[in-house]
Amino acid sequence: MATSTPTRDADAQAPRTSKKEPTAERRQLWRSRLWRFDDKASPYAYIAPFFLIFGAFGLYPLLYTGWIALHRVSMTGLDSMEWVGWENFDKILNDPEFWTSVSNTFLIGVISTVPQLLMALGLAHLLNYRLRASTFWRTIILTPYATSVASAALVFALVFRADGGLLNWTLGLVGFDPVNWANGHWTSKLAISIIVIWRWTGYNALIYLAAMQAVPNDLYEAASLDGASRWQQFRKVTIPSLRPTILFTIVISTIGSMQLFGEPLLLEGGALGATGGNENQYETLSIYLYNYGWNLGHLGPAAAVAWAMLALLLLIAAANWIVGRFFRTSAVRPGAPS
Amino acid sequence: MTLTSPTPTTPVKLAPTPRSGGPSRPSRFRMGAGQHLKGGPFAYAALAVVGFGSLLPLYWTLVAASRTQDEVLASTPPFFPGGKLFANLQTAWEQANLGKAIVNSIIVSSSITLATLFFCTLAGYAFAKMRFRGRGWLMTAVIATLTIPPQLSVVPLFMMMSGLGWGGQLESVIFPTLVSAFGVFFMRQYLIEALPYELIEAAKIDGANNFRIVRSVVLPVARPAMMVLGMLTFVQAWNDFFWPYLALNQQNPTLQVALGQLSASYTPDQSIVMAGALISTLPLLVVFVLFGKKIVGGIMSGAVKG
Repeated sequence: MATSTPTRDADAQAPRTSKKEPTAERRQLWRSRLWRFDDKASPYAYIAPFFLIFGAFGLYPLLYTGWIALHRVSMTGLDSMEWVGWENFDKILNDPEFWTSVSNTFLIGVISTVPQLLMALGLAHLLNYRLRASTFWRTIILTPYATSVASAALVFALVFRADGGLLNWTLGLVGFDPVNWANGHWTSKLAISIIVIWRWTGYNALIYLAAMQAVPNDLYEAASLDGASRWQQFRKVTIPSLRPTILFTIVISTIGSMQLFGEPLLLEGGALGATGGNENQYETLSIYLYNYGWNLGHLGPAAAVAWAMLALLLLIAAANWIVGRFFRTSAVRPGAPS
Repeated sequence: MTLTSPTPTTPVKLAPTPRSGGPSRPSRFRMGAGQHLKGGPFAYAALAVVGFGSLLPLYWTLVAASRTQDEVLASTPPFFPGGKLFANLQTAWEQANLGKAIVNSIIVSSSITLATLFFCTLAGYAFAKMRFRGRGWLMTAVIATLTIPPQLSVVPLFMMMSGLGWGGQLESVIFPTLVSAFGVFFMRQYLIEALPYELIEAAKIDGANNFRIVRSVVLPVARPAMMVLGMLTFVQAWNDFFWPYLALNQQNPTLQVALGQLSASYTPDQSIVMAGALISTLPLLVVFVLFGKKIVGGIMSGAVKG
């Protein structure tokens, strides 16, 4: 390394005596110090922007949320904070609407994530065939990803309309009665899940596809020599190889479903959107937070909701970790019966 | 998190595997999971169905945007575009402050994209190729930030922004997203593979300081990945809804915020709303048609490294 050699020389002659040395050598010393500083400090300088910005606009607000949650702050007077202790937490934890939105978030999360990832797995399997125009197919299934939440939610709002909506019209062709999608407790959750599934299945399929293509071919060859059928190969080779990727997508989708906001806000729009339907049937935690903070103007309870969400996330993370450990041990177990 | 495993994995092959071998390998036809297997009619049919479902809502956005509201809400929905597209676009433009919204969206998305590219390339390079104390756990910390939803910090963020005098200003949506953990990870993964240590050493021997190395060695090597990351970041910034909707208002919206507010008005005209949705989606669809291959490749190479 070019830089280390002069540095070491400079160290050897460094203490005190350098004052008497000619200027050329002092310059040399300076330069090597600069080099060394450059080498030591540069990596930190390069990663500093990320941590500074995250610290200022991510971590600090996250912690400060907990402090605000103990105060009364209103939208109209952001500067005045009045200490109220646990009152905000009391308020939301005793509010049935809060628990409705917790269970809605959870249910919508399950209804949207599970079919989405299963479909993505199947789709990735299809895309993994040798196909004509493979890029074309991949781009097509990714187009929903280019659509914003707002546009997607608004067009689906029309598709799900009770009378004359595209979906009900199609169901009518097959002989079903029209469904009032946004009004029903299950149908509204299903409707929101369909928007989520529509937007994210292609994206997850591409992630799975990439992982499938990284599976070494020898594994399949060995399996087929052993007489494994295609379905057995899929189950015993593909799925275990994809395990880390599947866990990754589960984590990402779970976090994503905790955040659902645009879809419920715009499914019916207006005042109904801010309360998640006339009976809060599709109100998510994000909507509940928004309604408290931005619609009603009470930021204290909104901050308390944020910390409740944090607690839920930690719970889910713990559950995920346990499930992940279980999968790990069961996948490694040798000679599992087929 | 599975992402943190430091082992570099093999680069993903985007092109379909060429037909190597020749006719003397019958075993190929028995290989499973579709590897090398030719897609049959069933595969094409299934993909066509999924593709139809993927495109239908977008097509119907166009149909609804080119009709009158009465036609859109009729008990038999229209299936083909009508002739009212430009009239609807014009009304949407006037009602929802769309001109300003477009300019704002362009400003916000480009600033976020440029900053993300710059900061994430630097950080990705440091994490990929430089040795420093704490590298391992700092990278883990970067990945860990991916798991924190923005919902958790919006309340103080809103108060901070108003304290800084950025309430309702574009700064309030630009600054929190100047960097992205995904970007750092993405650039790191790319540079681990693409940038040989020899190049860096050679530059050092030539007397280049670290920043010079970044400029003359790292940036040229990183360019293809930066292109992809740039597009992914732009798409995300353009479509971002939650925080902009809370931070901005009708006087100074981005496109998504304007769209949300257009539909939140008391009696929204659905065909006007769809015209707005069309305007907000069209630029990205154009990007997708032009660069679809690159974006697909980027997602596949960026997210897989489990």
